[in-house]
Parts: sequence; C-alpha cells; structure tokens
Amino acid sequence: MFKRADGNANVEITFEFEGQTVTARRGDSIAAALLAADEIVFRSTSERRRPRGPFCMMGICFDCLVIINGEPNQQACQARAVNGMSVRRQIGAATLSADEEGANDG
Amino acid sequence: MMADAYDLVVIGAGPAGMAAAATACTAGARVLVLDDQSTPGGQIYRAVENAGNWESNVLGPDYIAGKANVRTFRDSRVEYRAGAVVWQVTGSREIGYSYQGQAQIIRPRSLILATGAMERPMPIPGWTLPGVMTAGAAQTLLKSSALAAEGALFAGSGPLLYLIAYQYLKAGLHVEAIVDTTPRHNRWRALPHLPGALLNWQMLNKGRKWISEIRALGTPILKGAGELRVLGDEVAEGLAWRRHSGAWQEVSSSHVFLHQGVVPNINLSMAAGLQHDWDAIQICWRPRCDDWGRGSCDKIFIAGDGAGVGGAAAAHAAGRIAAIGALSDLGLISQGDRDREARGWRAVMRREMSFRPFLDAWFRPPDQLRVPDDENTTVCRCEELTLKDIRDAIAIGLNNPNSVKSFCRSGMGPCQGRFCGLTLQEIIARDTGRAPGEVGYYRLRPPIKPVPLNELANIEFDPVQQNDRI
Amino acid sequence: MIVGGGIHGCSAALHLAMRGHSVIVLEKDYVARHASGVNAGGVRRLGRDLAEVPIAQAAWQYWREIRALVDDDCGYRPSRYLKVARTESDLANIRRRVQELRALGFEHEEVVDRETVREFLPAAGDHCLGALHVDGDGSALPFRTTRAFMLRAQQLGARFFENTRVNEIARTDGIWKATTSSGVFEAPVIVNAAGAWSGDLAARLGDDVPVIAHAPMLMITARMPAFVTPVVGVFNGTLSFKQFDNGTVLIGGGARGTAYPETDETELNFGGMGAVLRTAKDVFPIMAKANIVRTWAGIEGYLPDNLPVIGPGTMDGVVHVCGFSAHGFQLAPAVGGIVADLVTGSRPDLRIEPFRVDRFNSVREQ
Repeated sequence: MFKRADGNANVEITFEFEGQTVTARRGDSIAAALLAADEIVFRSTSERRRPRGPFCMMGICFDCLVIINGEPNQQACQARAVNGMSVRRQIGAATLSADEEGANDG
Repeated sequence: MMADAYDLVVIGAGPAGMAAAATACTAGARVLVLDDQSTPGGQIYRAVENAGNWESNVLGPDYIAGKANVRTFRDSRVEYRAGAVVWQVTGSREIGYSYQGQAQIIRPRSLILATGAMERPMPIPGWTLPGVMTAGAAQTLLKSSALAAEGALFAGSGPLLYLIAYQYLKAGLHVEAIVDTTPRHNRWRALPHLPGALLNWQMLNKGRKWISEIRALGTPILKGAGELRVLGDEVAEGLAWRRHSGAWQEVSSSHVFLHQGVVPNINLSMAAGLQHDWDAIQICWRPRCDDWGRGSCDKIFIAGDGAGVGGAAAAHAAGRIAAIGALSDLGLISQGDRDREARGWRAVMRREMSFRPFLDAWFRPPDQLRVPDDENTTVCRCEELTLKDIRDAIAIGLNNPNSVKSFCRSGMGPCQGRFCGLTLQEIIARDTGRAPGEVGYYRLRPPIKPVPLNELANIEFDPVQQNDRI
Repeated sequence: MIVGGGIHGCSAALHLAMRGHSVIVLEKDYVARHASGVNAGGVRRLGRDLAEVPIAQAAWQYWREIRALVDDDCGYRPSRYLKVARTESDLANIRRRVQELRALGFEHEEVVDRETVREFLPAAGDHCLGALHVDGDGSALPFRTTRAFMLRAQQLGARFFENTRVNEIARTDGIWKATTSSGVFEAPVIVNAAGAWSGDLAARLGDDVPVIAHAPMLMITARMPAFVTPVVGVFNGTLSFKQFDNGTVLIGGGARGTAYPETDETELNFGGMGAVLRTAKDVFPIMAKANIVRTWAGIEGYLPDNLPVIGPGTMDGVVHVCGFSAHGFQLAPAVGGIVADLVTGSRPDLRIEPFRVDRFNSVREQ
C-alpha cells in the first residue's frame, strides 16, 4: 500500500478509474494517484495477456499505458490527474474508437 | 515551421540542461529549452521548486540544493517549453518535437543534449510483475506526490538504493529489508581507487551515515545476494534471494524496488547519428565527446549524465562548460573568455569525477544480474521475449543485436530498447564469445518516443530541406 | 558465386542448391541487412508492369507452397490487395487496366465496386468509390523470409559468407576470381545480386546497369485491434498499408529519405512522410488515433524504367539480377529459378527479354 508520507490528506482532484472514483492531489500523475488508491495493475500485454503496472515512473518503460478519455496508449506516469478524467485499463492492444471500447480481442 | 532563429536549443531541464540554458541565455544568446516534464529539475531535482519543510527533512539537503539551480534557471528568463517531447534529432541539428498537440521541426545554430541517465535494466525472473518498480520510481513518487510504499523491499546495488531506503525511514515508513547484491569481491577492485574516493570523503561519510541509521532502525540489510527472483504469479508478493549456491530465502512484500546503477540514456544521441563508445568499466555506451562536450556532429554538445554518469554537481558543471563552448563556437564570446570561464567548472568536474572510479568498481553489477541464467526470464519487456527466445534466434546464426531484432522483434516496442538493449548486447557477447563493445547496439531511429500519427500527418513537407550531413 | 545476400541472392542460391550445384553467396554485411530485410513485405501481383506479370504469377505458385519450399511459413498471409480509387477518373483507369490485362489472358485483377470495398474494408471512409482487387495477394515478413531461403539453401549445401566484401574481381581462363575481406573465391559463373550496389559491380563485370540507391521510408504503429485484413494501396496518392497479425500497422508508399550506400546509412525525412500519413488518414479515418512507434528506410536499387535487370551479362559467366526498384520481394521465389537456368545455361521458361542488361545503352530503345 502506498501512503501519503507527509500526512497531508488533501483531496484536490477526482477522476474515474474503471468506473470508480479516485482522488488525487494537485501535481499527481495518473499513475501516482492510482498507486495511492492501491491500484497496481494498469494494463495487460498484447501477446500473453500478462498484467503490467508502472515500472520506471519517468516515461521510458511504457508499461503504465492506460486509456484516458477514450485515447489509448497514454503513459499514466506522464499524464497529470485532472478533474473529471475517465481512465481505463488497456487490455491487450489499444482500442481505436468509442465504438470499439469493450470489443476485444485484438 | 523550419526556423533557425535560435542560437541554442537545450534538450532536458535537469541540472546540466538548466545550467547550460541559464549560462547561455545570460550571455545574450537566443536559447530555447525543451523538456518533457511539466516542471524543471530532471530526475534528481524533480518537484524541487515547490519543496517545503517536509521534503527538506525527508529528502535531504542535497535535494533541496536543487532549488537554487531552478531559481537561477527561472531568473535567466530563458524561453522554456515544459511538456515538449523531442522525438528526433538529426546530425544536422533538425529537432522534431511535439508540444501542445503539434509536431514541429526546428533547426538551431547549436544544440546541447542534456537528457540524463536511466536505470540499468535488472532482468530477474518476475521483474515485469505489477508491484515491481525501480528505485528511481520510488524517488519520483516520494518527490512528486509524497507517496511511499509500506513494507517495501529494496534490492540491488548502488548508493541510490541506500539513499531511497534512508529517505523512506526518515519519512517514517517501515522498510521490510534491503537485499544487497554488491559482490564482495568488488572491494578488491575498488581498493586502487580509494585515494580518489577519500578526496570526496564527505560523500563516503554520507553513505556510511545512511547505512548506520538504517541499521539502527532495525531494517535488515541482507548482503551478498547473488541471485534474485520476484515472487508471485499475477502481482509481486516478495523476493526470493540466495547467495551463490546457498539456500533460497524469501522476504514478503507487495512492493519491490530494484536498482543496479544508472547508465546514460542514449536513445536520442544514437538516433541522431552521433558516435558512441563502449565503456567497459561502466558497462554502458557513451557518446563520444571532447572536453567541451562537443559530439561527433557539428555544434551538437552532450552534457550531464547523458554523456557519462557523474551525478548532479558534475552535470551542472558540464552544462556550464558546454554552454560556454557553444557560445564560443557561435562566436558570441572569445576563446580567451571561454577558457577563462570554464576553468573553475573544470575543477568542479575533476573533483566530482574523481569519486567515480571507486563507485564504479565497488558497485559494479554482477554478471548474472545483467545476463539472467533462468531462460524463462523476460529480456524484452515490451515484446514479451524471454532469454530462450533470444537464444533461439542466436542459434540460427543471428549474431548481432540488429539481426536478432529483425528476426524476433526485440527492441521493436515503444521503449525502443531502453530496457533490453544492454541485456541483449551482453547475451550475444557471451553466447558468441565476443567482447560486448564489438557486438554493438540496436540501430536506433527517430521517433525516439511514439508520436501520434495525426501530429506527424500535419507536419508540412519542406521541399527545399537540405541534408548537410557531415 | 553469388554476390549479394538479399532475397534474390538467397533465392538463386536455393534454386541452384536444389539442382545439386555448388554455390557460395558473398554478403558484405549480414544476409537481409538491407532492402530485403526491411521492406514492406508485399506479396503482390496487383499493378505489375505487364512484363513482370507472368513472373509474378509463377512466384505466386511458390508462395502458396512456401513452407514446402523453405520449411518456414515466412509469416506469409495471403488475403487480398485492394488499390482504392477515390475519384471517378481513378475508377476509369482501373477499368481500362483490367480490360487490357484480360485481353492478354491475365485474369488475376478485377474491379470491385464501392459496396464490395466497404465489405472488404469496413474501416475505410465512404469516399472510396471502388478498387482494383487481387484475391490472394498479401504480405510476408521480409527478414524472416530471406533468412529462411538462406537456411534452406545452406541445408542443401550452399555456403554463405557474411561480412564479406568483394574488393577485386577478375576473370582468367574462364574463371572469375573474387578477392574479398574473407579471402579469395573462384567460380566459373558470377551472379550480380548486389541490390543498391549492383551498378558498381556490374561496371566491374563490363556492363552498364545504371542503378541508383534510394531510401523508401516506412512507419509502423503501436499494436491495434485487428481492423483490416487486406493490403491496401491507393490511386493518385502514395500509400501502402497493411496490418500484421500482431496488430501493428505498417504504412509506406514511397516517400523517400536519403540513402548513403557508401556508409550503409539512411536519413529519414519526417516532412516527406506527411503526405503518406494524410492519405492513410483519408482512407482510414480511425488512423488519426494511431501512434507511430518506429520509422526506418532501407537502401534499395532503382533503375530508370522501374524494371529490374534479369539476364546474362555481356561477358561470359555473368548473370545480373538486380534493380528491382522496390517491388522485387514477391518475385523472388520464381526469379531464383530463372537465375539458376541462366547460370546452368538452360533457357528460362519465363520471358526475360524486357529485363535484358543492354537495354540502357541500346539506341533502338530510345
């Protein structure tokens, strides 16, 4: 479990992850906010459908890819948490359009 | 679109980039800074601008010292585009980057690459499981969001491993254990470099202080670990470790942070076509540069950890030196002024770098943690290729990173080989009986980070584009 | 003695080895290092110059049994090739082309209408009026294919020498002698399969083959769910577009970078890719959300009339097979057989007169 080590429980931003509300502080990346909410699985891989989560937190491993507001292949560690965002796990290959969300096997 | 109005573009706003940009801008050059993060500081000074008392206490004075660097950077009023992702640099200084949803190409009169370092890959079984991150990731979360994992495990080797564990303890977290893979025999290798280390006795002392405080708080430091594997099937559940041919021991945790040093992040410099040399001591590639930081293409400089790992103070000095060199090459200052101004910074660099040989020897990562023994270990994370997959390619006669890549896709994923390139190179070296430097590295091309198709589609084609390649 | 370890060199080696002849291949880098390893992998009969059509048909028969030929499926995926018409005049051109082919007895190309295009390409935009269609065209993995030809040829006794550059070549008493970085090699017949470097070699063998090196650029996206099976091109635009099994989409179409054959390097030109990408988005609007993950450009040899040279040289014991101008990959399984015929002195079944080496200096041709 990740916790806020400075004891500061400020909630400044809320967004949605897989339909659930997640809170964040100003300046949090999506990845940080999700880790704080005890979410560590962000996606599954294309070939073997293995679970992955954030690894490097500096934008170079591309393991933290999520779908933000319908846009696939977003690095959660590079995206700032913003009020009202809708974030989903990226299962396998990315989806292309709203019609294909939930469609699957790619 | 194709403007060459800038005297200098600096890529990267870490210690080297900030110092270079501030120096050049203050001397009157027209400078642009491109950095992919939203605030300046690079990795080491991440989020330092808004750091307060808590950060000062937990993260320490070396971190807080970065505030001054950021202030000088801001005060110089240099043109600075935060969130700019550079995906191309050519040998003739054409820079392709994305900024606010648009792809642009600019070509300045000179260029300083200050893109820093990245963690050396540590391919152990289970390293791709959710819950496993790098020590650098732990630092990022602590600095940017004050987030720390309860009951974390830190495994590997190097000062950063102890620093982050120490910071966690200062922040009041329980650290489950530190599993230290530093080989004992490294100390004999390090001994000849002790004089250089003693010159930097404050650094040595700092390290000793971290270790003794970690011990005093009861955190187990498990030394001499020769083999590691992450436990768990779907998420990390802990770490198994053993000394050479000893019994496996296990430690439980949902959060495993791995670290075995940092290496220059050479994707941009390699894709630009700059010459690189293999450093057998630091076991990494470094762009070839002279003592001004000039690389092998005209008026392209490399400064900071991206040229060779030396830490923040060395990076700062290197940034200054490169900027001074660039100003002189552009004719904005005289050679005499150039040499005079650089002198002090060279002394700083010499002092900082005098510590490196000792560190490099003492913390040299062991062979089996650079090239795994277990054939099921993932080597290429992006394309999910194991050591066995790589060996199968070598078995049919493919003996260099590029032919292996063409055949089985290793290095073709979005990370562009950052986390598999060194491993693959060493696997091929070992299996074909050649020196790693001879084996070579992936042929890197732009874009060095994925670019939305839409952005590239809207770049205008410049029919008079000249390639004045050297 | 075959100079050049691209697909044509490897195919020739295989055919010769299959017939029991002793063959060596001299490759200056590693097999499939250049154009043969990095092209778009199109296995296409569609749109060929009439002179090439019979060879493409013959090659297609080999592709259908590629596993039997080289013991590897080469990533070959037959589906269909659709060259899309977006205007009425493009459509008229397609109809004319098909008529011309039918008149010559070739039935592989047909015109399909807008509804059929929509059926084959559900993700394509509405403004695609029709297409030139070949059922069964598809793509393969070029590096893997070339290496498979090499491996099979090796199994049958052919020997490959990589990192072997020909420095000097001379003919004495009916034997060609090549002095290379790996030693001296001799053979009565030399095959020039040296790709972008074949012009230089041809000159040393006494022929003028005006090959120019270019660097056609390709781009590939991150993986996407499957949305297109056919291989797609367009009229009046440059685009070649295909999606692999792994979901990545390959986009090409002839936009060129700069080739430096002397140093085996190419430079990309992102400005030049804009047009190709705009066309990709025009035909498939959802591509606007794709991410380009990699780009590259190989070094290919082009001839002024866009047709290869396949045929004997002027001097004895020389066979040229080069200058495929970015469309040689599909032809290779059959061309290897033609080269084997030429090497062994038999007359190829397929007509190679249009590809003769002396056509560039022939006054009649002007």
